[in-house]
Amino acid sequence: MTWNMKRTKGCAAVIAAGLLWAISPATAESQNASAPEAATWKSLKSDVFGSRPIEQGEGIVRIEAPKRAEDAAVVPVDMHFKTDSKTGRIKTVTLIVDENPAPVAAVFTFGQNAGVTHLATRLRVNAYSYVRAIAETEDDKLHMTEVFVKASGGCSAPAMKNQDEAMASLGKMKLRVFPSKAPGLEPLTRATEMQLMIRHPNNSGLQMDQLTRYYIPAHFIQGLTVSQGNQLILSMQGGISISEDPNFRFAFDARTGEELKAEALDTEGKKFQDEWPLESSSL
Amino acid sequence: MAGPSRRTFLGTGLLLAGCCMPHARFASAEPAGTEALPVKEIAKGIFAFTGAPEMMSTANEGEICNIGFIIGNEGVAAIDSGGSAAEGRRLVAAIRAKTDKPIRYLINTHMHPDHIFGNSAFEGTGAVIVGHHNLRRALANRGDYYLQSYRAILGPELMSSIRIIPPAITVAGEQELDLGNRKVMLRAWKPAHTDNDLSVFDQQTRILFTGDLCFTQHIPTIDGSLLGWIRQLKDLREIHAELAVPGHGTVPAPWPQALDDESRYFDALARDIRMALADGRSMTDANRTAAQSERDKWHLFNQYNERNATAAYAELEWE
Ligand SMILES: [Zn+2]
Ligand SMILES: [Zn+2]
Repeated sequence: MTWNMKRTKGCAAVIAAGLLWAISPATAESQNASAPEAATWKSLKSDVFGSRPIEQGEGIVRIEAPKRAEDAAVVPVDMHFKTDSKTGRIKTVTLIVDENPAPVAAVFTFGQNAGVTHLATRLRVNAYSYVRAIAETEDDKLHMTEVFVKASGGCSAPAMKNQDEAMASLGKMKLRVFPSKAPGLEPLTRATEMQLMIRHPNNSGLQMDQLTRYYIPAHFIQGLTVSQGNQLILSMQGGISISEDPNFRFAFDARTGEELKAEALDTEGKKFQDEWPLESSSL
Repeated sequence: MAGPSRRTFLGTGLLLAGCCMPHARFASAEPAGTEALPVKEIAKGIFAFTGAPEMMSTANEGEICNIGFIIGNEGVAAIDSGGSAAEGRRLVAAIRAKTDKPIRYLINTHMHPDHIFGNSAFEGTGAVIVGHHNLRRALANRGDYYLQSYRAILGPELMSSIRIIPPAITVAGEQELDLGNRKVMLRAWKPAHTDNDLSVFDQQTRILFTGDLCFTQHIPTIDGSLLGWIRQLKDLREIHAELAVPGHGTVPAPWPQALDDESRYFDALARDIRMALADGRSMTDANRTAAQSERDKWHLFNQYNERNATAAYAELEWE
């Protein structure tokens, strides 16, 4: 898949698109978005989804993020999913940060029987921007929800606070399993919440070396697969908008006795993998 | 570790200063009429300026951290250059108001803009910039971002003369500087406030310039490692100093008592975040409640606490 890495952000283009937008028929979106921001999405939308119609995601996908991000390099984003027999399950979710240099942060694909109901990750947000999630259901329809985040400088802000440590532990993974708050339920019949963490700088490649005047090459996790036994839970194609030390918290229908496995691939071709046995006691 | 002999060290300095001469076109280090930064003499030959407990702005010209200088028999070492070239020029003017001795060194205690944006004011003075061995890399990675993002904060006029100038001499472990009958010990720390913190200790008067390893009044900001900082508080306490010039806060401050407030803040933050992690709470949720017991004890709590909590959460969740 191709990432929309270098979008023209000429002022004139944005203004022109803004004017067009202003005279186009009002939609639900235009009521809560000022023109330039809506214009960004308008051009982005066709780049990513072509001419496919996108419905409001209400009732199917919900997104939460802080209105004002304290650290633009680490903006927590939470998504909740709910489907019914009419739409069928959610096949993919595309996470987009409109104003980022590479707006498509990630595309998640959910396993057939994984029953993913919640997914949280952390993003870099480079400017005041809409962050949106577009879910594709089995009936091939797209459902969108969005949240406006005030943050700036997340992509070029090098978040590596402790660079030696970051490189020394590159690719290390950790899985946390959250204890259920509903004791008494059969482990096999409820969603289990887990968090997968991967040590990786997930460099944006937008930082310039002041000495050489060259940009530091991008180095990030581009693919991730999480599965249980031989069944896919979720996979991700990612970009530079995912924060340093990529972090995914998700709820799914866990099955006891089968181990959980994660495999990641970065842009330098390095593969990282780990697996964790899941005892029923940990579910 | 024994430092190099004075001759070799000063020799290197002079050599490098010589290399920098082509830059003398920027030499307007002390334009006529530059008002000297108001410094106070906290010990014989040691002067410090107290920054405002504020965020950097056009109005305060970036003068928010504590900076100073030490005068030896043969030369001067400046400690940090301030948050704008304007502040750097005012520091140079303050040095010139006290002594004619050459400014041999400009010591950068770490990478943050409030401490290094004044570096360009020292070009043409002959001062050699000294920093932690990680400082070059840190500035390579962040310098461009700092220049971009502070444009909106300081305004184009102040920004026009600010440039990122990396250190010519870097320090690993400890290194002694001799300013002429005055030995100053530089110490490079493991990741704490940042991954390039350097402290400066004047052995004669036992005055310690901590850089941002010590904050009083102004809430500490974590841009390195909370755990590393907590671990190294013990080593900081053991420095046999009388008084300290913290990076932000009261000048001078009694040592090691100056560390007590930040130590209490770090403990509160780490305790609250660990509890949130144990309860399986999300980052957003944890950040809202972390270290709230410290709210009334610091300037700029609202501006930095949640950011610190974010950093603490991302660090402690790997424990
Ligand atoms: Zn500072
Ligand atoms: Zn600092």
